[in-house]
Amino acid sequence: MTAHTLDATPAGQSKALAPIIWKFPVVYSILALVSLVFFGLIGRDGQTTFRIATEGDFFAIPDIVVPATAAGLVLSLILVVMAAASIWFALRRVSLASWFPMLFGVLFVLSFLAWAGGGSGGVIPMTTLLAGALALSVPLIFGAMCGLVGERSGIINIAIEGQLLAGAFLAAVVASVVQNPYAGLLAAPIAGALVAVVLTFFAVKYWVNQIIIGVVLNVLVVGLTSFLYSTVLTENAELWNARQRLPNLPIPLLSDIPILGRVLFDQNILVYLMYLVVIALQILVFRSKWGLRMRAVGEHPKAADTVGIRVNATRVRNTIMAGAIAGLGGAFFTVGSGLAFGKEMSAGQGYIALAAMILGKWNPKGALLAALLFGFSKSLGNTLQSIGTPVANELLLMLPYIVTVLAVAGFVGRVRPPAAAGVPYVK
Amino acid sequence: MTKVFGSFVANNHIDLVIEPGEIHALLGENGAGKSTMMNVLYGLYDADGGEILIDDKPVRFDGPGDAVAAGIGMVHQHFMLVPVFTVAESVALGYEPTKGPGLLDLAEARAKVREISSRFGFDIDPDALIEDLPVGAQQRVEIIKALSRDAEILILDEPTAVLTPQETDELISIMRQLKEQGTSIVFITHKLREVRAIADSITVIRRGKIVGEASPESTEADLASQMVGRAVSLTTEKEPASPGEATFRVQNLTVVDKSDNVVVDDVSFEVSRGEILAVAGVQGNGQTELAETIIGLTEPRLGSITLDGTELAGRSVKSRLGSGIGFVPEDRSTDGIIAEFAIRENMILDVYDRQPYAKGLNLKSNVITEAARTKVEEFDIRLGSVFDPISTLSGGNQQKVVLSRELGRKLQLFIASQPTRGLDVGSIEFVHKRIVAERDAGTPCIIVSTELDEVYGLADRIAVMYSGRIVGIVGPDTSREALGLMMAGVPADEALAATSGSAASGSGTPSTHENSAPTSAEENE
Repeated sequence: MTAHTLDATPAGQSKALAPIIWKFPVVYSILALVSLVFFGLIGRDGQTTFRIATEGDFFAIPDIVVPATAAGLVLSLILVVMAAASIWFALRRVSLASWFPMLFGVLFVLSFLAWAGGGSGGVIPMTTLLAGALALSVPLIFGAMCGLVGERSGIINIAIEGQLLAGAFLAAVVASVVQNPYAGLLAAPIAGALVAVVLTFFAVKYWVNQIIIGVVLNVLVVGLTSFLYSTVLTENAELWNARQRLPNLPIPLLSDIPILGRVLFDQNILVYLMYLVVIALQILVFRSKWGLRMRAVGEHPKAADTVGIRVNATRVRNTIMAGAIAGLGGAFFTVGSGLAFGKEMSAGQGYIALAAMILGKWNPKGALLAALLFGFSKSLGNTLQSIGTPVANELLLMLPYIVTVLAVAGFVGRVRPPAAAGVPYVK
Repeated sequence: MTKVFGSFVANNHIDLVIEPGEIHALLGENGAGKSTMMNVLYGLYDADGGEILIDDKPVRFDGPGDAVAAGIGMVHQHFMLVPVFTVAESVALGYEPTKGPGLLDLAEARAKVREISSRFGFDIDPDALIEDLPVGAQQRVEIIKALSRDAEILILDEPTAVLTPQETDELISIMRQLKEQGTSIVFITHKLREVRAIADSITVIRRGKIVGEASPESTEADLASQMVGRAVSLTTEKEPASPGEATFRVQNLTVVDKSDNVVVDDVSFEVSRGEILAVAGVQGNGQTELAETIIGLTEPRLGSITLDGTELAGRSVKSRLGSGIGFVPEDRSTDGIIAEFAIRENMILDVYDRQPYAKGLNLKSNVITEAARTKVEEFDIRLGSVFDPISTLSGGNQQKVVLSRELGRKLQLFIASQPTRGLDVGSIEFVHKRIVAERDAGTPCIIVSTELDEVYGLADRIAVMYSGRIVGIVGPDTSREALGLMMAGVPADEALAATSGSAASGSGTPSTHENSAPTSAEENE
């Protein structure tokens, strides 16, 4: 026998080092430099006022007035230091804690605001900015909750857009006919659930591709509501499409907290319901019998079947319930904001809700934060438009979508969707 | 306790009686209908006829829930565990202890796992994630799952397919323990050795029919001929190897997966002309990745792969195939064939763009058909027409098509991963003969296999992989026990010392075991 010997290498020396990930340091560095150059060095003269208090606040907090260039410079320098730190950590292959990008983002936005408010002696209304962020997030959050319950059960729901729109429509019509916004609030979940019934019927019973049926449903709901809008609703708008608004119900004491109190606790019932849904789901998904079974049918349906769980029944039930949640979110467009129904008024928010769900890694808490981020970027665009900045309006309107693309592409990293999402369970 | 089966499609009038507290082996080849039958018994499929009796009372199962309620537990061949769940969650699923308004009582679930775990001496952490557990431990979780529902009849479907020999021994002792406590066990397998080691009674199934009962005292050859229906040779006939020059070298190869885990860790070996190197090891220890890296499906992080002195790393799969590598992938149905394509098309997947099969943009249909017919003859492929989709063939014939394609060219290197997985004994014989013939034609061959019988049948040298590393390269005359220890990560010299009985403790150091392995193999035998 020939002796086939090998060059022995000492054990342990061979550990291959992972390549350095340059993605984040590069992004941080570019943003820090942008901030330094545009908001700091060639910034705009004048002062920027951050208005924190609103009239009638219990605590009167004076406005914060800062010189635009100096503020931009100081904030930019902090950003530069953070970018340098990210390079230092990347070289040592240490991954950064999750607060790092958040803090970086907040500082960058402040630096941007200081610059945007300068020159024209602009006033940045912080409370309006944040309240707007929350308001714009509400349908997104409901939508994202709907999506994650569906996908964790194994049904991909692209029809969130349609469910939001159907919810908005039915809420407006019912509230208008009954002349009570709360009636609309009760009707909206039914609309969302009905869309989900169609989705699950085709997805579970006939194994139709769930993406396709979802997209078709979205188009269907747009067509149906637009048709009814132009034929019925505009014929007799007084009867069918009169504005109804859910009244704000300020929570005593809590709503008197400066800035956040007004933003969070002086809201209508729909917003409080949203808090409730997110908290309940966060607990139920991970700590309840219902959540365990839901995750099982979404990850490994056959395993669930072998322990006597009825896979398809569970999926149908959860997806329809999730549809009701999305319908509720749709109500925010109409009775929640005191608006009449308008054609295609959900305007793609259902898709952004999906992005929020993915960015939040299918966790209620994460999806909430992601939806708030999108809501904030939209609110930022609105606020800047109203105070007048050198940035073109069209660019500001793109802001939430740019944030969506960057966030989903860059900062999500590798996420793992429920393994069986979108796969019909066929025995 | 009696259970009787009647007629259904995959299983033709099968009657089976399980006595309390016995280990009943169900022996049959892949596709003989063993698993189908057990899935009916477990309520996963509906029977089209016949009935199940427990204690002489007929029962009807609408789903697995009913079967569980009747005291039947099943450990499936592919584990029914959710990878992202903890052990406690997995055991609780479907039978969740709750507190308050539907909230899980995980404390109770953990306690249950600990209780059963300690009763049988399993070392299972209730909070470990399933996907982090080795397969042996996952199987124990499955057993805990069944026992936590008071199973009186436990069905084990091919439980040893994924285990090392040592883990198999442990499983066998667990089965004995269960039997002592009064649990009946139905043990489904096609491995003769295990059946003889543990079964109280044996039922042999062939093509959905019971072909006989056998006693555990029957010889392996007897059992095999009952299972296959004719006399078979269990050993591969081959001449001793006459290795030539070493033309294929892998040096310091390190491969990482997508999550940056090192899956092949500093592996070096070489293969000579006219020699078969078998890569043994339990599934998931880097063999798959090693084979895929050689063919170019994965790029290594470090190291070199040279064939006839030419570096392969960094080159495309197509160019590697062009340099004369034949590759039989591990998963035939997803990587080896295109199920919807015709048989003749599957035979030219690697050479479709070359002479004589193609000219310019055209495929030359006549030539392809002729070549396919020749290969069908040569490889004894049983088919209707070469124009039929390959999905109409049995697994054995599909594998022959793959072999005919990969061996159809002049090769400089032949790699086959699990070349006989899922094949019947007859096809295994044929595949092994062809591989030996390729070796005798002077091609360096690498066979990756988790089946020790196959490793012994083919190997001229055996490389054992554990946790991404080559634990040692030993001769084909190394004992089963020593290989088993090596598959669990024990260095070659220690494994050989431990099993040869000579208490040579502390021999060799881990860093040099690759050097000393072949020589110490000779010394110890």
